[in-house]
Parts: sequence; structure tokens; C-alpha cells
Amino acid sequence: MKARVYVTLKPSVFDPQGRVVADALVTLGYDDVKDVRQGKFFEVDLTGADPATAKARVTEMADKLLANPVIESYRVEVLQESQQSRVGS
Amino acid sequence: MKFSVVVFPGSNSDYDAFYAASHVLGEQSELVWHKDTDLKGADAVILPGGFAHGDYLRTGAIARFSPIMNAVKAFAERGGPVLGICNGFQVLLEAGLLPGAMVRNDRIKFVSQVVPVRVEQTDTPFTAACSQNQVLKLPIAHGEGNYYAPPDVLAAIEQNRQVVFRYTSAAGEVGAQWNPNGSLNGIAGICNHRRNVVGLMPHPERASEAALGSADGRFVLASAVKALASVSR
Repeated sequence: MKARVYVTLKPSVFDPQGRVVADALVTLGYDDVKDVRQGKFFEVDLTGADPATAKARVTEMADKLLANPVIESYRVEVLQESQQSRVGS
Repeated sequence: MKFSVVVFPGSNSDYDAFYAASHVLGEQSELVWHKDTDLKGADAVILPGGFAHGDYLRTGAIARFSPIMNAVKAFAERGGPVLGICNGFQVLLEAGLLPGAMVRNDRIKFVSQVVPVRVEQTDTPFTAACSQNQVLKLPIAHGEGNYYAPPDVLAAIEQNRQVVFRYTSAAGEVGAQWNPNGSLNGIAGICNHRRNVVGLMPHPERASEAALGSADGRFVLASAVKALASVSR
């Protein structure tokens, strides 16, 4: 079973990298870009088949290690079987 | 007294700290590997600068799980003096021994320069030999030294006098133009509530002799010697 974790800086924390990327996009001509927030993406492969258990465990992992709750927020998604085959392709 | 300097894979200021403690101050010092589980009879512990575990995930995020960190936590809980320098400061933040977190420098760039740093508090084991508002000339070298804490935490550490070092002008003035990395309130170093754990981004060990451009860093390490001598008396 696979789970995805998206980690981003909290809105109150300035993201200098995201700001630079936003500026670069505007320079490229994408002048409709207002802001960019850069983050991290994790794909966690787990044994076990119960999505609820997987979600609880990966949420715990995100809280303990993958994100620093002082500056970052995170979102956890558990993938259904049909989505998993797409991930592998 | 005895300093123990923790060596993580990727530490690069471990020998600088060891040299400053042993050769400059003439105190007993020992390097302790991160997989060790005891601090070899330390009176004070230094977590040195560098890039522990490659700074993978976040600075200090993996180092916090090194076996030696259990001993460091227990030592800190007993009131033992712990100093985190640069990456060591980042490890203390990730380990929860100090409040707040580090984010990328506001100008993105890695900054490597000598900056004035004002001593805000002298009642910690690493500033006991300094005078209040003394401005030290210390080198900084980091990409993630932009100190952040949520507003309530920031207010609390200011209120509790936990800001130990602040970036200022050479004359000790606070201002954005003297803040090299965007740290909130120009914070360069803090201590815990009990005041025995101190972390700072500048490198006192790299400024411990005049030949290195500044000997001001000596005050920081010599403070531990002074503080421990007054405790044992």
C-alpha cells in the first residue's frame, strides 16, 4: 500500500525559495504568477492492506519526522489500488 | 573540567571545537562518536558545526536520532551545560531541547562572513565570562540560519530573556541592515528555559585566537570553565 505525504511551510513562514521561483516564472513571461510555495513530497510504501491504519501510521510518521510541525504543515493521502497501478506506470 | 565534543557523520567543526577547548583553553577534551551512548564523563557538551547526516530531510533532523542524543538529553535534563554551534544549534532545535526552528536564509545564499554579535544575557554557562551587551566579532557560515518561532513562542523567549546573542552593528545597534539571514528579532543564539542549553549560529571556536582574525570566541568557551568553577566551589 502506498501513501503520499505533502509537506509545505506554514503560511506564516516566509518561503524564500518559493519567492525566487515565483520571480523566475514572472521573468519567463508568466506574469499571472502571484506566489509560489515550495514543498516536499514523499511516497511511502507500506506493508499491510488497511487504508485507515496506513493513514494513521503515516500521519504519525509525518508528525514525528517528515515534517517539522514548528514551521511546516503536511497532508497525507493513502492511495487506492487503482491509483497505485498508475503510480508504477 | 572536561569538554565532550560530539562527532556526527558530516560534522566539520568538531576538531575546531576540540582544538579550542584543549589547546587554546588547555582543558581536557574528548571527541565522542554519535553512535556512542555515554558522554565519557563530560562536564560540558558541544554539538559542533557541519552538515550532520548530510542535512538530509532538514538540518539536524536525522542527527536528533543518533544514539548519543539520548545521553545528551539526559545530561541536559540534569542541568549539564550543552552548547550547540551552527549545525549543533539546528540539532538542538530539531531535538526539542531549544524552542523554534531554522529556515533558509532570507536571501537564499549561504552566508560566510565575520559579523558583530551582541551578548544579551550573561547568566548562562556559555556567556558567564562575557559582559552584558558586549559585542563579539564572530564568523558565521550557514545556509539555514534564519531563526523562526511562532509569535507566542517568540514573545515568550524574549520575555524569559532566552535570547542570548543578537546580530547587531559593531556598535551594538539592532537593525535589519545588520541581520545577515532574516532571523526574527535578529536572533543569533538562544537558551532553554533552564538556561543550561545554549545554541548559536556563529562559530566561537573558529575565532578563538588572534591568528584566526578574532579571539572573541574564547569568551564563549571560557564561560563554561568559569561557570563550572563557580558551581563546584
